[in-house]
Amino acid sequence: MNALARIAVPILWALVFVSCIGVIWSKHQSRSLFVELQNLESSRDQLDIEWGQLKLEQSAWATHGRVEQMARTDLQMVIPRPTEVRLVQP
Amino acid sequence: MIGTPVRSGEARSFTFDQFRVRLRVVLGIILVFACGLVIRAVDLQVLDDGFLEGQGEARSTRVAKLSANRGSLLDRNGEPLAVSTPVDTVWVNPKEVAKAHASDQIPRLAEALNRDPQWVARRITGNLDREFVYLVRHMRPQDAAQVKALGIPGIYLLREYRRYYPAGEVTGHVLGFTSVDDVGQEGLELAYDQWLGGQAGAKRVIQDRYGRTVEDIESIRSPRPGQDLVTSIDLRIQYLAYRELKAAIQQHNAKAGSVVVLDVTTGEVLAMVNQPAYNPNDRDQYTAPRYRNRAATDIFEPGSSIKPFVVAAAFAGGKYHADTVIDTTPIRVGIKTITDEHPLGLIPLTTVVAKSSNVGMTKIALSLKPESMWGMLDSFGFGKVTGSGFPGESAGLLNHYSHWRPISQATMSYGYGLSVTPLQLAHAYAVLGGEGISRPVTMRRVEGAVAGERVIEESVARELLKVMEGVVSQDGTGNRAALIGYRVAGKTGTAKKATPGGYSEDAYFGVFGGVVPASNPRLAAIVVIDEPRGKQYYGGDVAAPVFSNVMAGALRLLGVPPDGLDTVPATTLVRALSAE
Repeated sequence: MNALARIAVPILWALVFVSCIGVIWSKHQSRSLFVELQNLESSRDQLDIEWGQLKLEQSAWATHGRVEQMARTDLQMVIPRPTEVRLVQP
Repeated sequence: MIGTPVRSGEARSFTFDQFRVRLRVVLGIILVFACGLVIRAVDLQVLDDGFLEGQGEARSTRVAKLSANRGSLLDRNGEPLAVSTPVDTVWVNPKEVAKAHASDQIPRLAEALNRDPQWVARRITGNLDREFVYLVRHMRPQDAAQVKALGIPGIYLLREYRRYYPAGEVTGHVLGFTSVDDVGQEGLELAYDQWLGGQAGAKRVIQDRYGRTVEDIESIRSPRPGQDLVTSIDLRIQYLAYRELKAAIQQHNAKAGSVVVLDVTTGEVLAMVNQPAYNPNDRDQYTAPRYRNRAATDIFEPGSSIKPFVVAAAFAGGKYHADTVIDTTPIRVGIKTITDEHPLGLIPLTTVVAKSSNVGMTKIALSLKPESMWGMLDSFGFGKVTGSGFPGESAGLLNHYSHWRPISQATMSYGYGLSVTPLQLAHAYAVLGGEGISRPVTMRRVEGAVAGERVIEESVARELLKVMEGVVSQDGTGNRAALIGYRVAGKTGTAKKATPGGYSEDAYFGVFGGVVPASNPRLAAIVVIDEPRGKQYYGGDVAAPVFSNVMAGALRLLGVPPDGLDTVPATTLVRALSAE
């Protein structure tokens, strides 16, 4: 019994140390992955916001009233009169 | 000394005394240390409890909210109509400001916030018992970042969202708006608030002292994100209708007006505009008359624009046809004599409608049973909400036929004694355009065919459309609604406004309702002009031209092929080159 104990106890101690290191390592992994997750989530939110702002900007530039104003005043465009339109029969 | 051989007796008593002293000394030292520990423990627990409390707070678990983004509102072609943008709200923890003795930084803070320093100081010092006080809501993120950069303790930013409406006034009535807390208040924002708003989630986290999340413990509820809503509105037609209505209101100096355009084949609302209108992006000047979506909420007596539906009842009875001759000599009903402005004598039914003869309609209506006339009006949707889902939509007024007397049946035949909303009237015209099939009005885009319910026979609807084309002909009251290249079927209406003392002599509603192209209707539209105060007030003069302009643009935008080519000058018709 004593001989067995002499071998087993140091081995068990060694295993305990190994599992200690394992706990520390996995906790560290968990923390660094979590930080990475937070960063990715925040950049995803940033991109979503930027996309929404770009959509708004595009529709502000393309407002019908603004386009009509520019067409009539800057580009001197008019809607053709019915006599100026050719209807093509298929 | 320990270890040297001892003689029993004498050495033991010597050692024991020495040991007793040493023992006592050691015990005394241990006791001193123990006391030190106890004192420290008492100190930590009782005297300076802030330290442990602080440590506890630093390691505390919190429930963090996972906000759900509000979905956008889009028009049927995907153009954004309402989009949420991020804004930052500046809030202050007055307790913390007081603890950090940062009151001298208030002037700098007020400058960054662009607010009066006195006001800011009052906000902070007046609420010292609270831990959360709003300072400025919905600041632009750049400006808020500058406030944060000041580094004043107790000042924090909260990310919120604000709705922006790119189309502004054009879609104001239809979309409505949200409150400062991003909850729908009016219009489609209210009707579909659940769909758009989604649901915030929650998760349990450990946060450190600065509020940074250190670790996620568990997710309590994952957020349901808000979904985008594709409306049935076509922004191009909406803008066109808005522009034409605004021009007409200004030209005729009218009090208000509405235009509704429906897609006949699907029941979708392609455009719904009103004047007066408001800009939902800037609601500082709130006045109730501007904010009502009159097209759905306001009722009016439709006047002659109701006549097609009475004629539908006449046709359905089988006794009348388009060429049936009606005697329009004035008739006395009860105590009232009904006359026309210009006496017309014996005319076919088509002319009764084209010239809008009240006497002719009275004679037709009185020959119908009240039950069948009421039944026809009811099946066209009058007296009921259209089911579009628009909040605050009115059902109009249609008395049950058991309350009718001959005079009420007579006046109802030319549009007095019942009240409708522009949306209801547009839907009824869309039923005629749909050849007798009633499709539910919807404000969301619909994919595929819509079944609907048959209200009148197809032959009856066809005959009625032919009669209504006569209104828009050269001799009809609605000739200003005519389009080049397309056949139009419609009806004008000019209704006196009811005032407390009776009907007004100089305040009218000018109405035009029509479907186009008449051979195979695609669009139905209603134009209502409330109290034109210029020289003209007839529906055919104030409302019909608006119909013509809006429909011309709408048909061109939707690429509907023309069906009235005989109105087109011959020189513009070109035969395509045949393919090789």
